[in-house]
Amino acid sequence: MRVTWELRGSRLYVYLSGELDHHAAHQALKEMGSALDEHLPLHCVLDLSGLSFMDSSGIAVVLGTYRRLKAYGGELSVAGVPGQAARVLTMAGVDRIVPIAVAVKG
Amino acid sequence: MMGVMKVQNDLRMEFLSRSVNEALARSAVGQMAAQLDPSLEELGDIKTAVSEAVTNAVVHAYPDMLGTVYLRARILDIGTLEVTVRDRGIGIADVDEARAALFTTGGDERSGMGFTIMEGFMDTLRVRSAPGRGTTVVMRKRVTPRPVR
Repeated sequence: MRVTWELRGSRLYVYLSGELDHHAAHQALKEMGSALDEHLPLHCVLDLSGLSFMDSSGIAVVLGTYRRLKAYGGELSVAGVPGQAARVLTMAGVDRIVPIAVAVKG
Repeated sequence: MMGVMKVQNDLRMEFLSRSVNEALARSAVGQMAAQLDPSLEELGDIKTAVSEAVTNAVVHAYPDMLGTVYLRARILDIGTLEVTVRDRGIGIADVDEARAALFTTGGDERSGMGFTIMEGFMDTLRVRSAPGRGTTVVMRKRVTPRPVR
């Protein structure tokens, strides 16, 4: 699991890659938390196109990030979601709370 | 158990309830499931369900200790994969409550969607548990036969 980010204007792009499961989620949340605290972006784009696997731990990561941003008026969108991860997020109804864009391939 | 079924393949593993083994478990079952020639979506569903079941054992069955997680995957002759995840941990007092969506005792890092995903992604899910005696989760999924190319 790798977490990287870049700031483009007022948008923070966060890229997750590898396998996001319970084992990886703690570290991912921690790293994303420090990126958000450092930049306090008005909009965060969580790019999941590099994920090869995601289970319900990813739901907690997306919703945790959503709440963190919402607390100070920031917005979250999720982009590049691979097919398997999209099924998990949809099953949990996360797409009714956070805008989710599915990857073209995947 | 339904009727008499021939078992085509049978895998048993046991491992310590370390979170690093979640990937090991879903990969092993994924390899087993691949023998049924599943679609990418079916394979993803199976691996996700296994990940949820094993994570439950790691997080909830043995909360402050390491224990053993027993995993079994069988291919039944009707083109069905059966996965059993068993532990000898603290057990679940109220299985119906634990199975309900969004119920979790796992804090901010858990979503409470594990059983909902197992239920949604597999055809059947049975959970047996008793406090102090551990939990057994049995899930089945029939893999749709595809035309031979």
